[in-house]
Amino acid sequence: MGKKNLLGLIALVAVLLVIPHLLGNPYYLGVLVWCGIYSLLCMGLSLFMGYCGQISLGHAGFCALGAYVSGILTTRFGFSPWPALGVAMLASLLVAFIVGLPTLRLKGHYLAMATLGFGVIIYVAAEGDPFGLTGGPSGFWGIPKLSVFGVVLNSEVRWYYFVWGVVLVCMVFLLNMVNSRVGRALRSIHGGEPAAKAMGVHTAKYKVEIFLLSAALGSLAGSFYAHYVGFVNPPPFGLNFSIHLVTMVVVGGMTNLWGAIAGTALLTILTRYFRVFQEWGVFFDGFILVIIMLIFPEGLFVGAARKLAGIVSRRRSTGFPGRASRQTADGA
Amino acid sequence: MNNILQVKSLRKSFGGVVALDDLSFEVQEGQIKSIIGPNGAGKTTLFNIIGGMYRPTSGEVWFREKNISRVPPHVAAKRGISRTFQNLQLFANMTVLENVMVGRHCRTKTGFLRSALKLPGAVKEEKRTVARAMDILRFVGLEGSAHRGAATLPFGKERLVEIARALATQPKLLLLDEPASGLNLRETEEVGKLIQKIRDTGKTIVVVEHDMSLVMGISEEVLVLDHGSRIAEGPPRHVQKHPDVLKVYLGEEIPHAESPKP
Repeated sequence: MGKKNLLGLIALVAVLLVIPHLLGNPYYLGVLVWCGIYSLLCMGLSLFMGYCGQISLGHAGFCALGAYVSGILTTRFGFSPWPALGVAMLASLLVAFIVGLPTLRLKGHYLAMATLGFGVIIYVAAEGDPFGLTGGPSGFWGIPKLSVFGVVLNSEVRWYYFVWGVVLVCMVFLLNMVNSRVGRALRSIHGGEPAAKAMGVHTAKYKVEIFLLSAALGSLAGSFYAHYVGFVNPPPFGLNFSIHLVTMVVVGGMTNLWGAIAGTALLTILTRYFRVFQEWGVFFDGFILVIIMLIFPEGLFVGAARKLAGIVSRRRSTGFPGRASRQTADGA
Repeated sequence: MNNILQVKSLRKSFGGVVALDDLSFEVQEGQIKSIIGPNGAGKTTLFNIIGGMYRPTSGEVWFREKNISRVPPHVAAKRGISRTFQNLQLFANMTVLENVMVGRHCRTKTGFLRSALKLPGAVKEEKRTVARAMDILRFVGLEGSAHRGAATLPFGKERLVEIARALATQPKLLLLDEPASGLNLRETEEVGKLIQKIRDTGKTIVVVEHDMSLVMGISEEVLVLDHGSRIAEGPPRHVQKHPDVLKVYLGEEIPHAESPKP
């Protein structure tokens, strides 16, 4: 991990520690809990999309798996939350393995379609309730609170510290990973698969492994969701959510793990503070995706910073844009 | 002298198109061997089969006394075969140094867990990888550009990055696919010298190339392909005078003008 990442982590911790003292209203803190939960999902998706160069339109499915398995095991089978969370994660890994082996041979649109199909299957299964477990379209209540080292997470403040603590730990591990042999192998797949193979990178294996890792993170986020809300039903895990996840990753900048957190925070805060973003959700996601891809393919933050820097340096050197070239034209 | 590579009655067809037709030849250890021939002669297909990207329709490729005809590319790299690409295939999303470090992939072993936890072994290996990659960049004369984005270099230097990346895998056999294409006279000469310098470190090199001055200047042996089969093989001088080679490159005298068949 380089100096930049270390500074970034320190800054993030500082901001996270200050925020609760500035926000009086617990609802606002709740929005930040959502930011944390979605960040876990988006970090996994960022590895899969930005680093590995693949696309998934079905990641809501893994979140749903985590939420439903955690919820069902704790309410109907008497599991306590942590073992249920572990089982949910194993189930998600198994499903990801079964889905990933054949589909990760696909590329581009085909992979997008296959993962989209997977997300829809999970959604339909949750809604159709073939085994009488999921509560069908209306879902089910009564998922117990999560407790950590004897502390029950029964307030927004506690959830806030817990979720962001998990995000930070994951961030440290993942930053270590992407700045290593493994991270380079992933980026080489994005950079050019034939060359990656020729350098000895077992690309198929890496794609499956990173798909599994992102599925595990998705499942973890889903389990947290279930315990945080105490209620699960199908609508939040539909195709819209998968697209929303992709949008968050793209807005933040796919090729950077920090982008996953930044994009998630920006879009989650916007959608939760301004109802209009929620009501027009899919429309805005589509609109934002197109705009960002056209203007700032590296993500909003890096792209905007670069544009600004460009404008500033041009102003400084020539007074205003285009003047230098005009002068040479006059002289000639 | 040992044969490091043996190609035995190799055949590759794509649908009805025959790219390689019963091709056999050998490459001796420590040799620079060039493969020439007109476009479509099957040179790149041959590289793709040796490197494991394609599987032969029939026939075999033996590398260091082992049949590697059905070995996938990442295993071929591990066994000691590395290559460059005719159309540059650099990882544009990485720096020059990182590109070369990817080449160390098959000689290192840090996995997900050890890298995420940053265990001492992983840190040590990473340091060694950086040092090794820098050594190789120095060897090809690119140490000054190590931290630049790979896509920001001039074309001639990008070719060198590809060679450095291939060298980083510690190959026994290096396949260079048109290393001089797109280079000017001076750069071509430098690449020629570099190829000889690599050979002098004990590696075997097979070059596919169109630039005859380069081919004739550096090769111990030249293999000429046309339509997927061998038409001549031997030292450069021998090949240059071979009537079939002249025919392929310069066209042949046609005794009777072709007339439409009745």
